[in-house]
Amino acid sequence: MSAGKLIRRKVGDVAFKAFCVVVTVIALVALTAILWSLLKQGVGGLDLDIFTKRTMSSGSKGGLANAIVGSIVMCSLAMVLALGVGILAGTWLAEYGGRSAYGAVVRFLNDVLLSAPSILVGLFVYEILVAPFHGFSGFAGSVALALLAVPVITRTTEDVLLLQAATLREAGVALGAPLSYIIRTVLWRSARSGLLTGALLAFARISGETAPLLFTALNNQFFSLDLRHPTANLPVVIYNSALSAYDDLVRLAWVGALLIAATVLAVTVVARIVAQEQRRS
Amino acid sequence: MNTVNPVEDFETSIADIDRAQVKVDVKNLDFYYGKSHALKAVSIPFARNQVTALIGPSGCGKSTLLRTLNRMYALYPGQRAEGEILLDGENILAAGTDLAQLRAKVGMVFQKPTPFPMSVFDNVAFGVRLYENLSKADMAVRVEEALTRAALWNEVKDNLKGPGLGLSGGQQQRLCVARGVAVRPEVLLLDEPTSALDPISSAKLEETVTQLKADHTIVIVTHNLGQAGRVSDYTGFMYLGQLIEFGATGDVFTRPATRKTSDYITGRFG
Repeated sequence: MSAGKLIRRKVGDVAFKAFCVVVTVIALVALTAILWSLLKQGVGGLDLDIFTKRTMSSGSKGGLANAIVGSIVMCSLAMVLALGVGILAGTWLAEYGGRSAYGAVVRFLNDVLLSAPSILVGLFVYEILVAPFHGFSGFAGSVALALLAVPVITRTTEDVLLLQAATLREAGVALGAPLSYIIRTVLWRSARSGLLTGALLAFARISGETAPLLFTALNNQFFSLDLRHPTANLPVVIYNSALSAYDDLVRLAWVGALLIAATVLAVTVVARIVAQEQRRS
Repeated sequence: MNTVNPVEDFETSIADIDRAQVKVDVKNLDFYYGKSHALKAVSIPFARNQVTALIGPSGCGKSTLLRTLNRMYALYPGQRAEGEILLDGENILAAGTDLAQLRAKVGMVFQKPTPFPMSVFDNVAFGVRLYENLSKADMAVRVEEALTRAALWNEVKDNLKGPGLGLSGGQQQRLCVARGVAVRPEVLLLDEPTSALDPISSAKLEETVTQLKADHTIVIVTHNLGQAGRVSDYTGFMYLGQLIEFGATGDVFTRPATRKTSDYITGRFG
């Protein structure tokens, strides 16, 4: 090889590496800045009242209890709905219909849903579950969140099932077991940490969504577990409070944002650990 | 040659075996992967309680032939077999064949160990539970028997509740053998069972195979000619989807009847 070529290759190598480092640093700086401002503005307002008192109007010291509980309830119901649909749909794509033309269409539509603007999902649920029943409800909020979680779970389920060795499937078939039985007893179990990772990522995705809840669950000043009525939730409380003219409400919004960020961070870390366990076993 | 998969006019030599001893009789079998013609008019008998080895270069169709014997190919649309495979005189390629019943009679062990993500005990009991409703005590007896026959019992008897995936590669493969024989199949198919194992594990598995033929008719696909020579009673040599030579292993290895077989066995190609 000529010396010129060698030098050019080395320069190219260094330049590419430098570019990668710079871009990574930019992304990290942005992320740290966000987390830092969340911590700085949010930690100060974090006290026991946040977890015990409901949201109140400016002036009377309130908390976020109703919003925290509302978010947990709605997200939990959404995850139950989404896990049922997503895991079965992903399993169908991986094990049964994935190679058919219909399977390709389903996969394509799922990918479209994966990146659909969440506000559209909110409007859609408003049209089918809010407007016809003349009222916002926590249930409608759960359905909207579930619609956002389903494509994530479907995709990860298909991916982790396809990662399982074909011979595992064949080994079950060779014993005379029906495919459905092998899926339930062998494949799901073998892919369980991958499935859990997908579920946690979907949860992280929906836990901070505001737009779909604005049109569905709306908000509620009071503590309520009745999903037939408007239900308080962190994202909408943050949205409303942050836009208000009152300093105490804005501070509350920062605390709420910190809580969501901390939850998502914790869930993501757990998902990472679980994924590593999978690789090791 | 213009056709994609021509049936070539090779010199062949198929030895006769005592018809009364035939457990599985493959007659005029053609196999297709979509349009690709992978097996061409293959006829080969598998003798009861004997080990038959299938040898030949990669892509010659020996694994394909093995996978027709339990109709594993039925899992994949586009793959089909034509001809007859008689198991105790009954054609398993017939439309009404119950695949679960067939696979209870014809077990299979794969190239790579495939333990299920469950305990050693549950791995072995997995197949049995599909067909039999055994009491706890009976199941324990069955599992011990299967592990003993696979020469694994002594190594795992104190850790039956441990994960099957926690065993070494060689142990995992013998676990798969145990899982297969626990169902008490009449025929056992082994698809290059030692290709992922170290020499010592391979030797142990070969020993196991030799012992298992007392109760099972065994068909083994192998790339290891030494292994074919050591464990098998009969050998079939395949080439380009055709059975070129079949006979007693001693004959095929010491006095190959065709040029192709002799070239392959002496390492001139493959």
